[in-house]
Amino acid sequence: MGTLLTLRYCILRRPACAVSLFAALLWNMPALVAQDVPLLSGGVGFLTNTNAGNTTYQTVAVPVLEAPIGQHLLVESRANILETFSPQGNGQGYDHSTFLGLSYLQADYIATPHITVVGGYFLTPFGTYNERLSPIWISSLDAPLIFSIGTMGSGSGTGGMLRGNAYSTDKVSISYAAYFSAGSTNKEFQSSRSTGGQVYAYFPQARLEVGASYGRSLEGTQLSNAYGAHLWWEPAKIPLKLRSEYAHGAHSQGYWIETDYRLSQFSGADSLIGRLEPVFRLQQTFRNSPDPSDFLPGADTQRVDFGLNYHLPHELRINAQYARQFSSTENFNIWETGIVYRFLFPAWKGKSK
Amino acid sequence: MRIFAPVSLCLLLLSTAYVFSQAKEGSALPANSQQQAKGNAVHNATQRDGQVVFEQNCSRCHNTPQGFSPRISGTVVRHMRVRAGLSAEDEKALLRFFNP
Repeated sequence: MGTLLTLRYCILRRPACAVSLFAALLWNMPALVAQDVPLLSGGVGFLTNTNAGNTTYQTVAVPVLEAPIGQHLLVESRANILETFSPQGNGQGYDHSTFLGLSYLQADYIATPHITVVGGYFLTPFGTYNERLSPIWISSLDAPLIFSIGTMGSGSGTGGMLRGNAYSTDKVSISYAAYFSAGSTNKEFQSSRSTGGQVYAYFPQARLEVGASYGRSLEGTQLSNAYGAHLWWEPAKIPLKLRSEYAHGAHSQGYWIETDYRLSQFSGADSLIGRLEPVFRLQQTFRNSPDPSDFLPGADTQRVDFGLNYHLPHELRINAQYARQFSSTENFNIWETGIVYRFLFPAWKGKSK
Repeated sequence: MRIFAPVSLCLLLLSTAYVFSQAKEGSALPANSQQQAKGNAVHNATQRDGQVVFEQNCSRCHNTPQGFSPRISGTVVRHMRVRAGLSAEDEKALLRFFNP
Protein backbone atom coordinates (compact mmCIF):
# COMPACT_ATOMS: atom_id res chain seq x y z
CA MET A 1 0.00 0.00 0.00
CA GLY A 2 2.84 2.30 0.92
CA THR A 3 4.46 1.59 -2.45
CA LEU A 4 1.26 2.50 -4.30
CA LEU A 5 1.02 5.77 -2.40
CA THR A 6 4.62 6.55 -3.25
CA LEU A 7 3.92 5.81 -6.92
CA ARG A 8 0.84 8.07 -6.88
CA TYR A 9 2.87 10.82 -5.24
CA CYS A 10 5.61 10.41 -7.81
CA ILE A 11 3.26 10.50 -10.79
CA LEU A 12 1.19 13.45 -9.58
CA ARG A 13 3.76 15.67 -7.95
CA ARG A 14 7.10 14.72 -9.46
CA PRO A 15 6.84 14.01 -13.21
CA ALA A 16 10.62 13.68 -13.51
CA CYS A 17 10.60 11.10 -10.74
CA ALA A 18 7.85 9.16 -12.53
CA VAL A 19 9.79 9.16 -15.78
CA SER A 20 12.86 7.87 -13.97
CA LEU A 21 10.79 5.17 -12.32
CA PHE A 22 9.31 4.11 -15.66
CA ALA A 23 12.77 4.03 -17.25
CA ALA A 24 14.07 1.93 -14.37
CA LEU A 25 11.16 -0.50 -14.79
CA LEU A 26 11.87 -0.86 -18.50
CA TRP A 27 15.58 -1.35 -17.84
CA ASN A 28 14.89 -4.16 -15.40
CA MET A 29 12.34 -5.96 -17.52
CA PRO A 30 14.27 -8.49 -19.62
CA ALA A 31 11.04 -9.97 -20.97
CA LEU A 32 10.51 -6.79 -22.95
CA VAL A 33 13.95 -6.87 -24.51
CA ALA A 34 14.39 -8.59 -27.86
CA GLN A 35 16.14 -11.92 -27.40
CA ASP A 36 16.60 -12.80 -31.05
CA VAL A 37 19.23 -10.31 -32.13
CA PRO A 38 21.71 -11.77 -34.66
CA LEU A 39 24.95 -12.86 -33.08
CA LEU A 40 28.58 -13.18 -33.98
CA SER A 41 30.48 -16.01 -32.40
CA GLY A 42 33.45 -18.19 -33.12
CA GLY A 43 37.07 -18.50 -32.21
CA VAL A 44 40.50 -17.19 -33.11
CA GLY A 45 43.68 -19.06 -32.41
CA PHE A 46 47.37 -19.49 -32.96
CA LEU A 47 48.47 -23.09 -33.42
CA THR A 48 51.79 -24.84 -33.92
CA ASN A 49 52.39 -28.34 -35.27
CA THR A 50 55.75 -30.10 -35.15
CA ASN A 51 55.97 -33.22 -37.27
CA ALA A 52 59.29 -35.00 -37.94
CA GLY A 53 61.23 -31.92 -36.83
CA ASN A 54 59.34 -29.47 -39.05
CA THR A 55 57.22 -26.89 -37.32
CA THR A 56 54.24 -25.28 -39.00
CA TYR A 57 52.56 -22.18 -37.59
CA GLN A 58 48.96 -21.33 -38.22
CA THR A 59 46.72 -18.42 -37.36
CA VAL A 60 43.05 -19.35 -37.48
CA ALA A 61 39.85 -17.31 -37.38
CA VAL A 62 36.53 -19.14 -37.37
CA PRO A 63 33.66 -16.64 -37.34
CA VAL A 64 30.09 -17.84 -36.91
CA LEU A 65 27.02 -15.78 -37.81
CA GLU A 66 23.55 -16.66 -36.54
CA ALA A 67 20.68 -14.53 -37.83
CA PRO A 68 17.11 -15.39 -36.89
CA ILE A 69 14.37 -14.13 -39.20
CA GLY A 70 10.85 -14.14 -37.83
CA GLN A 71 9.76 -16.88 -35.45
CA HIS A 72 10.77 -19.96 -37.44
CA LEU A 73 13.76 -19.18 -39.60
CA LEU A 74 17.47 -19.13 -38.77
CA VAL A 75 20.26 -18.34 -41.21
CA GLU A 76 23.66 -19.49 -40.00
CA SER A 77 27.15 -19.68 -41.37
CA ARG A 78 30.65 -20.58 -40.29
CA ALA A 79 33.82 -19.69 -42.16
CA ASN A 80 37.45 -20.71 -41.79
CA ILE A 81 40.23 -18.23 -42.42
CA LEU A 82 43.68 -19.78 -42.13
CA GLU A 83 47.14 -18.36 -42.61
CA THR A 84 49.76 -21.11 -42.58
CA PHE A 85 53.51 -20.66 -42.33
CA SER A 86 55.35 -23.87 -43.21
CA PRO A 87 59.07 -24.60 -43.67
CA GLN A 88 60.29 -24.81 -47.25
CA GLY A 89 62.99 -27.34 -46.45
CA ASN A 90 66.78 -27.23 -46.73
CA GLY A 91 66.83 -24.21 -44.45
CA GLN A 92 65.21 -21.99 -47.10
CA GLY A 93 62.96 -20.26 -44.62
CA TYR A 94 59.20 -20.30 -44.46
CA ASP A 95 56.49 -20.18 -47.07
CA HIS A 96 52.97 -19.05 -46.28
CA SER A 97 49.56 -19.76 -47.71
CA THR A 98 46.09 -18.39 -47.06
CA PHE A 99 42.87 -20.34 -47.05
CA LEU A 100 39.35 -18.98 -46.88
CA GLY A 101 36.43 -21.38 -46.94
CA LEU A 102 32.97 -21.96 -45.61
CA SER A 103 32.01 -24.85 -43.36
CA TYR A 104 28.33 -24.12 -43.76
CA LEU A 105 25.90 -21.48 -44.96
CA GLN A 106 22.40 -22.71 -44.38
CA ALA A 107 18.83 -21.68 -43.66
CA ASP A 108 16.94 -23.64 -41.00
CA TYR A 109 13.17 -23.49 -41.06
CA ILE A 110 11.51 -24.91 -37.95
CA ALA A 111 8.40 -26.26 -39.67
CA THR A 112 6.84 -28.28 -36.85
CA PRO A 113 7.92 -29.26 -33.31
CA HIS A 114 9.51 -32.37 -34.86
CA ILE A 115 10.75 -31.22 -38.26
CA THR A 116 13.32 -28.62 -39.22
CA VAL A 117 13.97 -28.12 -42.92
CA VAL A 118 17.56 -27.18 -43.73
CA GLY A 119 18.63 -25.85 -47.10
CA GLY A 120 21.95 -24.60 -48.42
CA TYR A 121 25.49 -25.71 -47.63
CA PHE A 122 25.49 -27.78 -44.45
CA LEU A 123 27.76 -30.02 -42.39
CA THR A 124 27.29 -33.67 -43.32
CA PRO A 125 25.49 -35.44 -40.46
CA PHE A 126 27.64 -38.53 -40.06
CA GLY A 127 29.10 -39.56 -36.72
CA THR A 128 29.64 -36.87 -34.12
CA TYR A 129 32.95 -35.13 -34.79
CA ASN A 130 31.93 -33.13 -37.84
CA GLU A 131 28.86 -31.40 -36.44
CA ARG A 132 29.73 -31.22 -32.75
CA LEU A 133 33.46 -31.21 -32.12
CA SER A 134 35.13 -29.68 -35.17
CA PRO A 135 35.15 -26.00 -34.04
CA ILE A 136 38.57 -25.03 -32.65
CA TRP A 137 37.05 -23.72 -29.41
CA ILE A 138 35.51 -27.13 -28.67
CA SER A 139 37.98 -29.90 -29.43
CA SER A 140 41.69 -29.32 -28.94
CA LEU A 141 42.72 -32.52 -30.71
CA ASP A 142 43.12 -33.05 -34.46
CA ALA A 143 40.30 -34.55 -36.50
CA PRO A 144 40.15 -38.32 -36.08
CA LEU A 145 41.73 -40.52 -38.77
CA ILE A 146 38.31 -41.87 -39.80
CA PHE A 147 36.86 -38.38 -40.22
CA SER A 148 36.43 -38.68 -43.99
CA ILE A 149 34.39 -41.90 -43.86
CA GLY A 150 30.77 -40.92 -44.37
CA THR A 151 31.43 -37.17 -44.43
CA MET A 152 32.09 -37.42 -48.19
CA GLY A 153 35.49 -35.76 -48.25
CA SER A 154 34.73 -32.10 -47.72
CA GLY A 155 32.56 -32.67 -44.66
CA SER A 156 29.79 -30.53 -46.14
CA GLY A 157 26.90 -31.06 -48.52
CA THR A 158 24.95 -28.78 -50.85
CA GLY A 159 21.24 -29.46 -50.89
CA GLY A 160 18.57 -30.14 -48.33
CA MET A 161 18.13 -31.89 -45.04
CA LEU A 162 15.32 -32.78 -42.69
CA ARG A 163 16.20 -33.03 -39.05
CA GLY A 164 14.71 -32.67 -35.62
CA ASN A 165 13.63 -34.33 -32.45
CA ALA A 166 11.28 -37.21 -33.16
CA TYR A 167 10.41 -38.21 -29.63
CA SER A 168 11.27 -36.81 -26.24
CA THR A 169 10.41 -37.83 -22.69
CA ASP A 170 12.23 -37.60 -19.37
CA LYS A 171 13.79 -40.98 -20.08
CA VAL A 172 14.76 -40.84 -23.74
CA SER A 173 15.13 -38.37 -26.56
CA ILE A 174 15.36 -39.54 -30.16
CA SER A 175 16.71 -37.23 -32.86
CA TYR A 176 17.30 -37.73 -36.56
CA ALA A 177 18.75 -36.14 -39.69
CA ALA A 178 18.37 -37.15 -43.35
CA TYR A 179 19.95 -35.29 -46.26
CA PHE A 180 20.55 -35.21 -49.97
CA SER A 181 23.53 -33.38 -51.40
CA ALA A 182 24.32 -32.48 -55.00
CA GLY A 183 27.87 -32.58 -56.29
CA SER A 184 29.59 -29.19 -56.42
CA THR A 185 33.09 -28.26 -57.50
CA ASN A 186 32.64 -24.60 -56.62
CA LYS A 187 35.65 -23.50 -54.61
CA GLU A 188 33.57 -22.23 -51.67
CA PHE A 189 30.89 -24.93 -51.74
CA GLN A 190 32.67 -28.19 -52.45
CA SER A 191 30.51 -31.26 -51.99
CA SER A 192 29.88 -34.73 -53.33
CA ARG A 193 26.64 -36.07 -54.71
CA SER A 194 25.49 -38.17 -51.79
CA THR A 195 22.71 -39.00 -49.42
CA GLY A 196 22.52 -40.28 -45.88
CA GLY A 197 21.50 -39.54 -42.37
CA GLN A 198 21.69 -40.49 -38.77
CA VAL A 199 19.51 -41.31 -35.81
CA TYR A 200 20.49 -41.25 -32.16
CA ALA A 201 18.89 -41.88 -28.82
CA TYR A 202 19.90 -39.95 -25.74
CA PHE A 203 19.07 -41.24 -22.28
CA PRO A 204 19.29 -38.11 -20.08
CA GLN A 205 19.17 -39.88 -16.72
CA ALA A 206 22.13 -42.09 -17.60
CA ARG A 207 23.70 -39.32 -19.74
CA LEU A 208 24.23 -41.94 -22.40
CA GLU A 209 23.85 -41.51 -26.15
CA VAL A 210 23.93 -44.17 -28.84
CA GLY A 211 23.54 -43.47 -32.50
CA ALA A 212 23.93 -44.83 -36.00
CA SER A 213 24.86 -43.07 -39.23
CA TYR A 214 24.59 -43.96 -42.89
CA GLY A 215 26.03 -42.32 -45.96
CA ARG A 216 25.87 -43.27 -49.62
CA SER A 217 28.15 -41.71 -52.19
CA LEU A 218 26.41 -41.23 -55.55
CA GLU A 219 29.40 -39.82 -57.38
CA GLY A 220 29.76 -41.14 -60.95
CA THR A 221 29.69 -44.90 -61.16
CA GLN A 222 31.40 -45.40 -57.79
CA LEU A 223 28.40 -45.93 -55.57
CA SER A 224 29.50 -46.85 -52.08
CA ASN A 225 28.06 -47.03 -48.62
CA ALA A 226 29.42 -45.91 -45.26
CA TYR A 227 28.11 -46.99 -41.90
CA GLY A 228 28.84 -45.56 -38.53
CA ALA A 229 27.95 -45.91 -34.87
CA HIS A 230 28.72 -43.78 -31.87
CA LEU A 231 28.46 -43.97 -28.13
CA TRP A 232 28.86 -41.04 -25.73
CA TRP A 233 28.67 -41.10 -21.99
CA GLU A 234 29.06 -38.22 -19.56
CA PRO A 235 28.49 -39.39 -15.99
CA ALA A 236 26.36 -36.80 -14.20
CA LYS A 237 28.38 -36.74 -11.00
CA ILE A 238 31.90 -36.35 -12.32
CA PRO A 239 33.24 -34.01 -15.03
CA LEU A 240 34.29 -36.88 -17.27
CA LYS A 241 33.40 -37.29 -20.92
CA LEU A 242 33.71 -40.51 -22.85
CA ARG A 243 33.16 -40.34 -26.58
CA SER A 244 33.61 -43.02 -29.16
CA GLU A 245 32.85 -43.60 -32.77
CA TYR A 246 33.18 -46.40 -35.30
CA ALA A 247 32.95 -46.01 -39.08
CA HIS A 248 33.06 -48.49 -41.91
CA GLY A 249 33.73 -47.33 -45.46
CA ALA A 250 34.05 -49.12 -48.78
CA HIS A 251 37.79 -49.73 -48.43
CA SER A 252 38.63 -49.02 -44.82
CA GLN A 253 37.25 -48.86 -41.34
CA GLY A 254 38.27 -47.60 -37.94
CA TYR A 255 37.30 -46.26 -34.59
CA TRP A 256 38.32 -43.70 -31.99
CA ILE A 257 37.64 -43.44 -28.30
CA GLU A 258 38.32 -40.28 -26.37
CA THR A 259 38.06 -39.29 -22.77
CA ASP A 260 38.58 -35.97 -21.06
CA TYR A 261 38.40 -35.10 -17.43
CA ARG A 262 38.19 -31.51 -16.21
CA LEU A 263 39.80 -31.36 -12.77
CA SER A 264 37.00 -29.13 -11.46
CA GLN A 265 36.36 -31.50 -8.56
CA PHE A 266 39.53 -30.15 -7.03
CA SER A 267 38.60 -26.75 -5.54
CA GLY A 268 36.17 -25.84 -8.31
CA ALA A 269 36.34 -25.15 -12.03
CA ASP A 270 37.93 -21.71 -11.52
CA SER A 271 40.76 -22.87 -9.27
CA LEU A 272 44.34 -23.25 -10.41
CA ILE A 273 44.00 -27.04 -10.65
CA GLY A 274 40.35 -27.03 -11.69
CA ARG A 275 41.18 -25.24 -14.92
CA LEU A 276 43.21 -28.23 -16.14
CA GLU A 277 41.68 -30.74 -18.51
CA PRO A 278 43.67 -33.79 -19.59
CA VAL A 279 42.45 -35.43 -22.79
CA PHE A 280 43.27 -38.86 -24.17
CA ARG A 281 42.30 -40.39 -27.48
CA LEU A 282 43.03 -43.81 -28.94
CA GLN A 283 42.28 -44.60 -32.55
CA GLN A 284 42.86 -47.34 -35.11
CA THR A 285 42.21 -47.63 -38.82
CA PHE A 286 42.18 -50.79 -40.90
CA ARG A 287 42.81 -50.79 -44.62
CA ASN A 288 40.74 -53.40 -46.50
CA SER A 289 41.85 -52.44 -49.99
CA PRO A 290 43.79 -49.55 -51.56
CA ASP A 291 41.86 -46.32 -52.13
CA PRO A 292 43.85 -43.08 -52.15
CA SER A 293 40.64 -41.05 -52.45
CA ASP A 294 39.23 -41.92 -49.03
CA PHE A 295 41.93 -39.88 -47.18
CA LEU A 296 42.60 -42.66 -44.65
CA PRO A 297 46.15 -43.98 -44.07
CA GLY A 298 47.33 -46.43 -46.71
CA ALA A 299 48.19 -49.08 -44.13
CA ASP A 300 46.70 -50.22 -40.84
CA THR A 301 47.43 -47.46 -38.34
CA GLN A 302 47.26 -46.94 -34.60
CA ARG A 303 47.52 -43.57 -32.94
CA VAL A 304 47.41 -42.27 -29.39
CA ASP A 305 46.92 -38.62 -28.48
CA PHE A 306 47.62 -37.06 -25.12
CA GLY A 307 46.35 -33.54 -24.68
CA LEU A 308 46.33 -31.05 -21.86
CA ASN A 309 44.03 -28.04 -21.89
CA TYR A 310 44.18 -25.12 -19.50
CA HIS A 311 41.08 -22.95 -19.39
CA LEU A 312 42.01 -19.37 -18.56
CA PRO A 313 39.41 -16.73 -17.67
CA HIS A 314 37.67 -14.77 -20.44
CA GLU A 315 37.12 -17.78 -22.72
CA LEU A 316 40.81 -18.30 -23.38
CA ARG A 317 42.25 -21.81 -23.64
CA ILE A 318 45.83 -22.98 -23.90
CA ASN A 319 46.39 -26.50 -25.11
CA ALA A 320 49.28 -28.86 -25.76
CA GLN A 321 49.17 -32.22 -27.44
CA TYR A 322 51.50 -35.11 -28.08
CA ALA A 323 50.57 -37.87 -30.49
CA ARG A 324 52.39 -41.02 -31.60
CA GLN A 325 51.30 -42.74 -34.79
CA PHE A 326 52.24 -46.33 -35.61
CA SER A 327 51.90 -48.12 -38.93
CA SER A 328 53.81 -50.60 -41.06
CA THR A 329 55.04 -47.77 -43.29
CA GLU A 330 56.38 -45.44 -40.57
CA ASN A 331 56.10 -44.39 -36.95
CA PHE A 332 56.27 -40.74 -36.00
CA ASN A 333 55.55 -38.17 -33.31
CA ILE A 334 53.37 -35.10 -33.54
CA TRP A 335 53.64 -32.18 -31.13
CA GLU A 336 51.07 -29.45 -31.12
CA THR A 337 50.39 -26.34 -29.08
CA GLY A 338 47.71 -23.72 -29.34
CA ILE A 339 46.00 -20.77 -27.79
CA VAL A 340 42.35 -20.22 -28.64
CA TYR A 341 39.97 -17.40 -27.75
CA ARG A 342 36.23 -17.92 -28.05
CA PHE A 343 33.91 -14.94 -28.55
CA LEU A 344 30.14 -14.50 -28.50
CA PHE A 345 28.30 -11.19 -28.77
CA PRO A 346 25.35 -9.51 -30.49
CA ALA A 347 25.96 -8.55 -34.10
CA TRP A 348 24.15 -5.25 -33.50
CA LYS A 349 22.05 -3.49 -30.94
CA GLY A 350 18.56 -4.94 -30.96
CA LYS A 351 15.29 -3.08 -30.69
CA SER A 352 13.03 -3.52 -27.69
CA LYS A 353 9.81 -5.33 -28.40
CA MET B 1 43.22 -59.84 -31.74
CA ARG B 2 44.53 -56.50 -33.00
CA ILE B 3 41.86 -54.59 -31.21
CA PHE B 4 41.89 -56.63 -28.03
CA ALA B 5 44.24 -54.29 -26.14
CA PRO B 6 42.41 -51.04 -26.98
CA VAL B 7 39.01 -52.58 -26.33
CA SER B 8 40.23 -53.83 -22.94
CA LEU B 9 41.53 -50.37 -22.17
CA CYS B 10 38.19 -48.84 -23.08
CA LEU B 11 36.32 -51.29 -20.88
CA LEU B 12 38.69 -50.51 -18.04
CA LEU B 13 38.09 -46.77 -18.48
CA LEU B 14 34.34 -47.27 -18.60
CA SER B 15 34.28 -49.38 -15.46
CA THR B 16 36.54 -46.92 -13.60
CA ALA B 17 34.27 -44.05 -14.56
CA TYR B 18 31.21 -46.01 -13.47
CA VAL B 19 32.74 -46.78 -10.06
CA PHE B 20 33.64 -43.08 -9.60
CA SER B 21 30.17 -41.93 -10.55
CA GLN B 22 28.56 -44.38 -8.12
CA ALA B 23 30.89 -43.31 -5.32
CA LYS B 24 29.85 -39.69 -5.74
CA GLU B 25 26.13 -40.47 -6.00
CA GLY B 26 25.24 -39.80 -2.37
CA SER B 27 26.98 -36.49 -1.84
CA ALA B 28 26.76 -34.77 -5.18
CA LEU B 29 23.19 -33.49 -4.97
CA PRO B 30 23.68 -29.94 -3.76
CA ALA B 31 21.78 -28.76 -0.70
CA ASN B 32 20.48 -25.96 -2.82
CA SER B 33 18.80 -28.48 -5.16
CA GLN B 34 17.22 -30.28 -2.23
CA GLN B 35 15.76 -27.02 -0.97
CA GLN B 36 14.43 -26.25 -4.41
CA ALA B 37 12.81 -29.67 -4.59
CA LYS B 38 10.96 -28.93 -1.35
CA GLY B 39 9.76 -25.59 -2.53
CA ASN B 40 6.61 -25.20 -4.54
CA ALA B 41 7.61 -22.22 -6.63
CA VAL B 42 6.96 -22.95 -10.28
CA HIS B 43 9.56 -20.37 -11.22
CA ASN B 44 12.30 -22.34 -9.49
CA ALA B 45 11.14 -25.56 -11.07
CA THR B 46 11.25 -24.15 -14.57
CA GLN B 47 14.65 -22.64 -13.87
CA ARG B 48 15.90 -26.02 -12.76
CA ASP B 49 14.40 -27.66 -15.85
CA GLY B 50 16.31 -25.22 -18.03
CA GLN B 51 19.52 -25.85 -16.13
CA VAL B 52 19.08 -29.59 -16.55
CA VAL B 53 18.47 -29.15 -20.28
CA PHE B 54 21.63 -27.06 -20.47
CA GLU B 55 23.72 -29.59 -18.58
CA GLN B 56 22.34 -32.55 -20.48
CA ASN B 57 22.69 -31.08 -23.93
CA CYS B 58 24.84 -27.97 -24.40
CA SER B 59 27.53 -28.84 -21.84
CA ARG B 60 28.14 -32.21 -23.43
CA CYS B 61 30.05 -30.63 -26.29
CA HIS B 62 31.30 -27.26 -25.11
CA ASN B 63 32.10 -25.36 -21.94
CA THR B 64 29.59 -23.02 -20.44
CA PRO B 65 30.01 -19.56 -21.99
CA GLN B 66 31.09 -17.03 -19.36
CA GLY B 67 27.96 -14.98 -19.81
CA PHE B 68 26.40 -13.37 -22.87
CA SER B 69 23.93 -10.62 -23.60
CA PRO B 70 20.27 -11.52 -22.98
CA ARG B 71 19.55 -9.94 -26.36
CA ILE B 72 21.02 -12.99 -28.11
CA SER B 73 19.63 -15.67 -25.80
CA GLY B 74 16.78 -16.49 -28.21
CA THR B 75 19.23 -16.80 -31.09
CA VAL B 76 21.54 -19.06 -29.07
CA VAL B 77 18.62 -21.29 -28.10
CA ARG B 78 17.30 -21.52 -31.65
CA HIS B 79 20.76 -22.52 -32.88
CA MET B 80 20.97 -25.17 -30.15
CA ARG B 81 17.54 -26.49 -31.03
CA VAL B 82 18.63 -27.15 -34.62
CA ARG B 83 22.16 -28.31 -33.88
CA ALA B 84 21.54 -30.42 -30.78
CA GLY B 85 18.14 -31.81 -31.76
CA LEU B 86 16.33 -30.24 -28.80
CA SER B 87 12.60 -30.70 -28.43
CA ALA B 88 10.29 -27.68 -28.44
CA GLU B 89 9.79 -28.07 -24.66
CA ASP B 90 13.53 -28.15 -24.06
CA GLU B 91 13.90 -25.01 -26.14
CA LYS B 92 11.36 -23.18 -23.98
CA ALA B 93 12.95 -24.38 -20.74
CA LEU B 94 16.38 -23.30 -21.94
CA LEU B 95 15.10 -19.85 -22.89
CA ARG B 96 13.56 -19.45 -19.44
CA PHE B 97 16.86 -20.54 -17.89
CA PHE B 98 18.74 -17.84 -19.80
CA ASN B 99 16.09 -15.22 -18.96
CA PRO B 100 14.85 -15.89 -15.42
